[in-house]
Amino acid sequence: MISNLRAVRAIYMFEMSRTARTLLQSIVSPVLSTSLYFIVFGAAIGSRISEIDGVPYGAFIVPGLIMLLLLTQSVANASFGIYFPRFTGTIYEILSAPVSYGEIVLGYVGAAATKSVILGLIVLATAGVFVPLRIAHPVWMLAFLVLTAVTFSLLGFIIGIWAEGFERLQLVPLLVITPLTFLGGTFYSISVLPPPWQTVALFNPVVYLISGFRWSFFETADVHVGVSLAMTLLFLGLCLAGIAWIFRTGYRLKA
Amino acid sequence: MSTMIAIKGLSKTYDTGFQALKTIDLDIRRGEIFALLGPNGAGKTTLISIVCGIVRASTGAVTVDGHDIVSGYRAARSLIGLVPQELKTDAFESVWDTVSFSRGLFGKPKNPAYIEKVLRELALWDKKDSKIMTLSGGMKRRVLIAKALSHEPRVLFLDEPTAGVDVELRKTMWDVVRALRDAGVTIILTTHYIEEAEEMADRIGVIDKGEIILVEDKATLMRDLGRKQLTLNLNRRLDAVPDALAAHALTLAEDGKALVYSYDTQGEHIGIAALLQDLSRAGLEFHDLHTTQSSLEDIFVDLVRQRR
Ligand SMILES: Nc1ncnc2c1ncn2[C@@H]1O[C@H](COP(=O)(O)OP(=O)(O)O)[C@@H](O)[C@H]1O
Ligand SMILES: [Mg+2]
Repeated sequence: MISNLRAVRAIYMFEMSRTARTLLQSIVSPVLSTSLYFIVFGAAIGSRISEIDGVPYGAFIVPGLIMLLLLTQSVANASFGIYFPRFTGTIYEILSAPVSYGEIVLGYVGAAATKSVILGLIVLATAGVFVPLRIAHPVWMLAFLVLTAVTFSLLGFIIGIWAEGFERLQLVPLLVITPLTFLGGTFYSISVLPPPWQTVALFNPVVYLISGFRWSFFETADVHVGVSLAMTLLFLGLCLAGIAWIFRTGYRLKA
Repeated sequence: MSTMIAIKGLSKTYDTGFQALKTIDLDIRRGEIFALLGPNGAGKTTLISIVCGIVRASTGAVTVDGHDIVSGYRAARSLIGLVPQELKTDAFESVWDTVSFSRGLFGKPKNPAYIEKVLRELALWDKKDSKIMTLSGGMKRRVLIAKALSHEPRVLFLDEPTAGVDVELRKTMWDVVRALRDAGVTIILTTHYIEEAEEMADRIGVIDKGEIILVEDKATLMRDLGRKQLTLNLNRRLDAVPDALAAHALTLAEDGKALVYSYDTQGEHIGIAALLQDLSRAGLEFHDLHTTQSSLEDIFVDLVRQRR
């Protein structure tokens, strides 16, 4: 399945150099917006909210904010990465090259996920400037970071293939990802919700991501970390199945 | 001569329900320059796109050097370079990067010396560090050719390579194509400019409305279907072809000052001698004469018109 490693490398490096060209906006804007969240929610509001589950509020929101960034960036990068060659028509070269679907996905999704992980770590470091942080399970933290970046880059890849215009490309992040993240416990523990809403929240996949990620920091979680991991893997599997279907049918790629 | 590309029972119906290719059977020989000639919408790009893996066939099979394009897509596609009809290029990448990218994509190890050679041949060396979006249309087409050649293909598809291209690029392009042919590369070009086929091709296929209506050696085609015309420039104006010459297939030029005689170069009985005798008997004098051979264009137009 993966034998043309040079092609994977070529696509990966192409995407990474695109990132490098737009380095400033790639890094500055998420770091800036996350910093604003810290100032507004962490410092201003957080001074009035003492602690959640024994964690100072400023620190409590860090994992959620990183997830918010990770999700939106992964989707945005990966969707743009594959949408752009479709838009310009340069996709012809990828389709006519001796590359497998796995190699194409590995190149594009790998690059998008790499960028998200790097951004996530930069924001984590930024957060460390504002609030004292401790990470109880660094390996798990990294694992959730990478797993989420990959999963949502796969989702972004699907969106980039589905989208028929730049508006649609932004629709999903705007209408789906951001609300799910905000409602997924970025700024609160879902246990503070009234009971019926707690049940509703459990249908939000982002709840599991944030909960698991937060557990790797503070060992407090809305759901058991094993459930978080299982749900993340389930979502990863769904995205992979979607991509397999796209390539098998040639959906929006081959006439 | 062995077969490089074998196309069998290939058809394509697009999702719109439009059948762009009826049943196509076609063999491309190793090392030849094959020109696929046809009017706009005939299905040339569709055919190429299927062989290259960009469009899926509805029925039929294609092998490239014995490798099936579906089950052996890696082996088949590694052999193929494609210069698409439309200028589809990156914008922000440099010429060097985009050409190197193509080589990597096709699984070939880095070879800067080879890329340099390709860029120099295409007069792109000066531009190697330029961003593609700063280049003119002609230069972008050169970039597309360089990308197609970057991985040393054994088969090269040129889809309407000279549409809207200046004279200089045309010349460069044909020099490159000849050099590739000399190196044993099989070349398939599509065009609706007949001169192009006439100038370059070893064999010609004519496609119309999704059907291959003719495949022939260019020389044979020109000989078999070629017609000649003898033009006699008269000393005085005529209003009509004189009755005395009615036995001959003559037409009068618009200005009435020339008679045009069409004949088949393969015909047993060409009849020029008889025509000249009848001419002097009728007292018609001419001060000049010349013959012209019909071009591939005429042949092509005839063929396609017959089917309308
Ligand atoms: N993706 C597509 N969907 C539907 N019809 C198409 C598509 N691509 C091409 N066609 C139609 O198929 C026919 C052949 O097109 P094409 O292969 O591009 O012809 P040519 O290259 O000979 O000009 C045209 O009528 C064109 O409109
Ligand atoms: Mg065409």
